[in-house]
Amino acid sequence: MPKPSSAPESDTILPDDHIDRAGESPSGPRLGVVGWLRWGWRQLTSMRTALILLLMLALAAIPGSLIPQRSSDPNGVIQFDRNNPGWAWAVQLLQLHDVFGSVWFSAVYLLLFASLVGCLIPRIRHHAQALLAPPPATPRNLQRLPAHDRRRVNGPPEVVLRTAEEELRRQRYRLRRLEAGGERSIAAERGYLRETGNLLFHLALLAVLVVLAVGTGYRFTGQRILVEGQTFASTRIAFDSFTPGRFVTDAQIPQFTLTLDRFRVDYVEDNLNALGMPRDFDAQVTVTADGTQQSSSIRVNEPLSVAGTDIYLLGNGYAPTLTVRNPAGDVVFSDSIPFLPQDANLTSLGVVKVPDGLAQQVGMIALFYPTRATAPGGASYSNYPDLLDPAVTLDVYVGDLGLDTGIPVSVYSPDTSAMTQVAGRGTASPAIELTPGASAPLPDGLGTIELTSIPRFASLDIAHDPTQAPTLIAAAAAVAGLALSLFVPRRRIWVRAAARGDQTQLEVAALARGDDPRLQAAVDALAARLETAPRPPGGSDDPLP
Amino acid sequence: MTPFLDALSLLLVYSAIAVYAAGFIAYTLGLARRTAPRPAPAKERVLAGPATVPPAPPGTTEPTSESAPATSKAFRVGYALTVLGWVLHVAATVLRGIAAERVPWANMFEFSLTGTALIIGTFLAVSIRGRLAFLGTAVLGLVVLLLGVATVSFYVPVVPLMPALQSGWLVIHVLVALLATAFFGLAFLVSITYLLKSRRHPEQTTRLQRLLEATPPAEDLDRLAYRLTIVGFILWTFTLIAGAIWAGRAWGRFWGWDVKEVWTFIIWVLYAAYLHAMATRGWHGRRAAWLCITGFAAVLFNFGIVNVFFTGLHSYSGL
Repeated sequence: MPKPSSAPESDTILPDDHIDRAGESPSGPRLGVVGWLRWGWRQLTSMRTALILLLMLALAAIPGSLIPQRSSDPNGVIQFDRNNPGWAWAVQLLQLHDVFGSVWFSAVYLLLFASLVGCLIPRIRHHAQALLAPPPATPRNLQRLPAHDRRRVNGPPEVVLRTAEEELRRQRYRLRRLEAGGERSIAAERGYLRETGNLLFHLALLAVLVVLAVGTGYRFTGQRILVEGQTFASTRIAFDSFTPGRFVTDAQIPQFTLTLDRFRVDYVEDNLNALGMPRDFDAQVTVTADGTQQSSSIRVNEPLSVAGTDIYLLGNGYAPTLTVRNPAGDVVFSDSIPFLPQDANLTSLGVVKVPDGLAQQVGMIALFYPTRATAPGGASYSNYPDLLDPAVTLDVYVGDLGLDTGIPVSVYSPDTSAMTQVAGRGTASPAIELTPGASAPLPDGLGTIELTSIPRFASLDIAHDPTQAPTLIAAAAAVAGLALSLFVPRRRIWVRAAARGDQTQLEVAALARGDDPRLQAAVDALAARLETAPRPPGGSDDPLP
Repeated sequence: MTPFLDALSLLLVYSAIAVYAAGFIAYTLGLARRTAPRPAPAKERVLAGPATVPPAPPGTTEPTSESAPATSKAFRVGYALTVLGWVLHVAATVLRGIAAERVPWANMFEFSLTGTALIIGTFLAVSIRGRLAFLGTAVLGLVVLLLGVATVSFYVPVVPLMPALQSGWLVIHVLVALLATAFFGLAFLVSITYLLKSRRHPEQTTRLQRLLEATPPAEDLDRLAYRLTIVGFILWTFTLIAGAIWAGRAWGRFWGWDVKEVWTFIIWVLYAAYLHAMATRGWHGRRAAWLCITGFAAVLFNFGIVNVFFTGLHSYSGL
């Protein structure tokens, strides 16, 4: 891709590796297929096209931030579709919930990268030639160059030029000695790293794209909710959800077991402005992998590495253990049910389904309050996230839970259309309220329900991503290349010396490629140095080659 | 102790705003003095009469010897006030950090506080190397505005860090992002000046154009905006990468097109387009300047709108 540099206005000082073919146009009416293809390719690889494509890329990304994306905000997607049914056709047609994988977004960045490749190939060739070539010969009219200095200095030309050579070599210029028409001069060039860095930057971006395109196929992530005391064995079926890349097989999922021993939360208690804000989440786990058992912690910014995967702590909440007994007193249901937190004080929503063992199928929509408070209107809410005064309230439904239809049903939103509400708001009997250890009868003599205990749960993300390291390396290379391409000045300096009696008429001039704020300063410094440099005594008689 | 330091910090912010406002006035007087009719009225009237003599192109007019001392005096006062305001500002920021026992950039108020301190710091630093007094009015105006909004709309008392922010990357990622913003902000102001200055019809001498006589030639402004932007661009690239590394550690994926990630990407692409525009014939100059301005508008959007009104993983506004 084109060089990001402030190109000078006039063609004479455009760098000769400057690529800007935008001004060219098809030259005649007899443009065959090959001609048109070549014309198209030139258009695509022109700087102007790259620029337009960059702007289109920025523009194309905007809808991805305005409309919820399936990848980053699945709940937002559901909500958006529910609230905007009229937009469904557009969302469908334009893949608006999947902008960054959509045909049109992909088209823009693929064209951009095609343009980049088309631009890089000739530039790499050209730069390779420039690296091998000597600096170009000294122009006749040095004072026409953007930076120029002319002064008389003591000593013969040869001595001055040798001092100049020494100095320029010290500054890591590549040198060439010239002699034309009795005038001796030096041509020097430095800063090849500017173009090298620029090419490196663009190649690194290309590498990022390739790594991501290929690596995505080898990546997998799985989610699992684990209640305190539960153990998870890493088989595909044990994940709550599992997203494998195209090339991932079950055999590649590392074998380990993970037990959540305890989930500890520290709350802020000494700052009234942040009372109850969590200060630390700590999932204390025991991991068994390759036959060794080990205890560790997983924190928000401290994932745990196990057998080539990383385990992240992404969420947490309460999973009240509810026990349901039939009228005879036999336990027909006992489970810890993860409740979805609804607010910062962890008012949480859960669904209990008791399909068997009672006279009818029973479904319950439950709200959990870690610290229950009552609003003036009588509604309950939680006013602190820790378990200070916990309570569960349950609305009870009887009827068909819909579990036998084979259609997957959400764990968190029960389909109550085939059920009858028998307790809770809107019915004759009030909602069931439970505190820890307490038991209450279910309506219609169905049985009893007990809040046995209130463990916490942790929501874990288990991810394997082989693209991380190569992407990071490519990104680091891109930054290095970028810094070189923007800050290394590429300069050509010419020094010409002609004898004027005992003295030397010295001319120093320089030309920059791209932006170079210190060009004139470099010329002045060199000229001043040559003026004041110590000379061997009796310089002119000094036998020099 | 914390509430006391917090209150003291806020008091220092108010003081800094007041001093900056005074500096703003001084810089504006400096600009106005420089462009006021020179104390040679007879000659001036002739020149200002029917346009028999074309006025010098803007930017080439040097201040006359009579007006120069007054000008630089006003600018010097402006600079001194800016330094004083900045000392108060930095003290306020440091105290906020001490009060919170962490880096002072973890919510909207603190982002604004530290970010504006970096804008002024960058302005002062760049001023040492080159003549930037012409930008004083704009910089101080912008900072007074931002600090005003921050104290009125974004202020929150000191609270500890939530677990998601407890990471060394908070120090690096956010600081570099704010520093990049400071460079982009200055480039934005320079680009606006450039656009005003490079407008056609120089024969119509408007009041604004006379005000702009105190600024460097359009070409220099263009180059200055470019140099500020390349520094900002590298810092922004680093921000993006550091953010990805942090996201990889905290969320299990280094890039997930979260709203904030999308806008960081958009900004990066816009500035990349600017850099390419600077090397493209027909785009260099005014169009590039517009891109620079668009880029900073996106930065402000990313900061002010995305942080506060969008839901995403980066919900750290503290509001």
